[in-house]
Amino acid sequence: MSELATSTPGSAAVPRAAQDPGRGGARTSAAPRAARAGDELAAAVSVDGLVKRYAEVEAVRGIDFEVAAGEIFGFLGPNGAGKSTTINMLCTLVRPSGGSALVAGHDVVSERDEVRRNIGLVFQDTTLDGYLSAEQNLRLHAELYGVPRELVGERMRQVLEMVGLWERRESLVNTFSGGMKRRLEIARGLLHSPRVLFLDEPTVGLDPQTRSMIWRYIRELKAREDITIFLTTHYMDEAEYCERIAIMDHGRIIVLDTPEALKAKVGRDRVQIQTDDDGAAIAALRERFGIEATVAEGAVTFGVPEGEQFVPRLFAELGLPIRSVSVARPSLDDVFMAHTGTTIRDAESTSTDRLRNVARMMGR
Amino acid sequence: MATRTTRARSGSAPATSESAPGAGAAGAAGESAAGAGAAGESAAGAPHDLTRTGAPHEIARVRVPTRTVRGELRAIKVVWKRELIRFSRDRLRILTSLMQPFLFLFVLGTGLSRLASAGTHGVNLRTFVYPGVLCMAVMFTAMFSAASLVWDREFGFLREMMVAPVRRSSLVLGKCFGGATVAGFQGVIVLCLAGLVGVPYAATLILEVFALQLLLAFAITAFGVMVAARITQMQSFMALMQMAIMPMYFLSGALFPVSGLPQWLSILNRLDPLTYAVDPMRRAVFAHLNISAAARHALDPGVTWWSWQVPGLVEAAVVGLLGLAMLTVAIVQFSRAE
Repeated sequence: MSELATSTPGSAAVPRAAQDPGRGGARTSAAPRAARAGDELAAAVSVDGLVKRYAEVEAVRGIDFEVAAGEIFGFLGPNGAGKSTTINMLCTLVRPSGGSALVAGHDVVSERDEVRRNIGLVFQDTTLDGYLSAEQNLRLHAELYGVPRELVGERMRQVLEMVGLWERRESLVNTFSGGMKRRLEIARGLLHSPRVLFLDEPTVGLDPQTRSMIWRYIRELKAREDITIFLTTHYMDEAEYCERIAIMDHGRIIVLDTPEALKAKVGRDRVQIQTDDDGAAIAALRERFGIEATVAEGAVTFGVPEGEQFVPRLFAELGLPIRSVSVARPSLDDVFMAHTGTTIRDAESTSTDRLRNVARMMGR
Repeated sequence: MATRTTRARSGSAPATSESAPGAGAAGAAGESAAGAGAAGESAAGAPHDLTRTGAPHEIARVRVPTRTVRGELRAIKVVWKRELIRFSRDRLRILTSLMQPFLFLFVLGTGLSRLASAGTHGVNLRTFVYPGVLCMAVMFTAMFSAASLVWDREFGFLREMMVAPVRRSSLVLGKCFGGATVAGFQGVIVLCLAGLVGVPYAATLILEVFALQLLLAFAITAFGVMVAARITQMQSFMALMQMAIMPMYFLSGALFPVSGLPQWLSILNRLDPLTYAVDPMRRAVFAHLNISAAARHALDPGVTWWSWQVPGLVEAAVVGLLGLAMLTVAIVQFSRAE
């Protein structure tokens, strides 16, 4: 049964169709069965108490989450938070020390091959053969994944056209720029129509233009294919593109929701003021408004709900000269800060590098 | 596994007999949903919107089938093919790996022939070392083929192969066959030089030698792949291979007749696996030479085990079995790796 359900791409779309009021006719006699199949497929990735311990560190400390089919799901966190280790476990590259995970309905430990057949992978580091042409790299992939021969040509053209490399298909990969290589890897990861595409830091080390191009492909992908996209990033602005994000730090998921909801939960705008006497300003804020402020990025910083409306009161009642003021809507950085008490950038420069190095050494 | 039948979700095929995914042929029916690509249109028995067919965003949907023997064969073949493509691209490598055989054959062979003329019963030394040089050409090429595995790991490509839903044994087999083919091809180039060293171009000879070369190339690649499973640094790998290959070559009798040796050398010679590749090769070559019985006896005495003349087929079997043993170890090691 599960075999049947998971092998039917059409059924992946069932829940969506069922939600569509204009498609009432879709509920035929097969509906109960289809709905059941839909339930099984509801989670493209389902993780339960996943743990990864290396000799001296616990890289992932028991995480639980689910990713729905068709979702763009992001893992956000500083380097060394355990994102890559988690993704490697989900891709069957690293064996979990504890807990379990299902990807595309298959267990990552006991059904390794089934998982592999249903996922596409784009790693942080390139895994292309530079001495082969782009086309040869894709053909090799198609053969390894057993893509039916009659489909290879057509499918290859589609994925290459999507990433804009069709014209360069005969060039050796060694002649490609970093951005082109990454695009080719994305195309290759899609060649066998995976149910879940894993992208580990897909834009790291790329220039802003290429980064936005890659994001365009990712969004286009979602529109065109029945695919779930699971990615990791440590760029705040990129996390905004995800439908849901899990913020990870020190091997744990701190919070998981849509970017909007996360920001709304912070509930407060960030106000930064420049004064001649920061100490006095902080004291005055505490005294007059009951607000705890700190000095961050060279300015007195605090959070208030409805920042714009607070500013006039601030000028009227603070009793200290203010040189400048800025009000910002909460960003994911504020979300991260609200939950961890530090910014991602600060978190990156701490001892986490050690963890990352260990994870790299063991995981690869 | 009928439900895994793969199909394109091709918009132009009006699948009129479509059934709901719950019905018998669910997989196939679901996948043939016409023109569904862009909208992710459901196959749950929804009426066809034929106006969508030919929509610009049609997706050739691929379903990766479950593991089959055929799938494994495809994997073996493509890994094998990759070796060939890479070898053909690398002209420099073809040239450099011919360097050593040429040096041995023409420089050493010619230079030493004046010294050795007394002992060779009128046979040119170049002719004598020719079978050994045939082996050498093959060995070095096979070794470099195996070394590419270390590069693959370093450049990340190994990962692409290791995460594929195929058996690791298929990858290792493909690699070994690839190395054997490439090295066999290199051997053919040296085989073409037969005329220059007084060896006739006979079809049986060429076939026999070529088969032996393939066997040897396979065994050496298997050896290299076995080593590469553990050694992850290029420098260490090359050093280790040199350390193994050079003594093997010198002990094998590629450069001297194997009879009448001092006992220690005789023992080492019989223990050296390469001996069992060089000896049948030399027998094949000498069988086609028109030389005196005395010369044959002195130069091509054949390998003996306690005075038992080891037949050529047994020698080939020794090489083949060793190759298989190393292949097995290599497969086990790669299957264990994460």
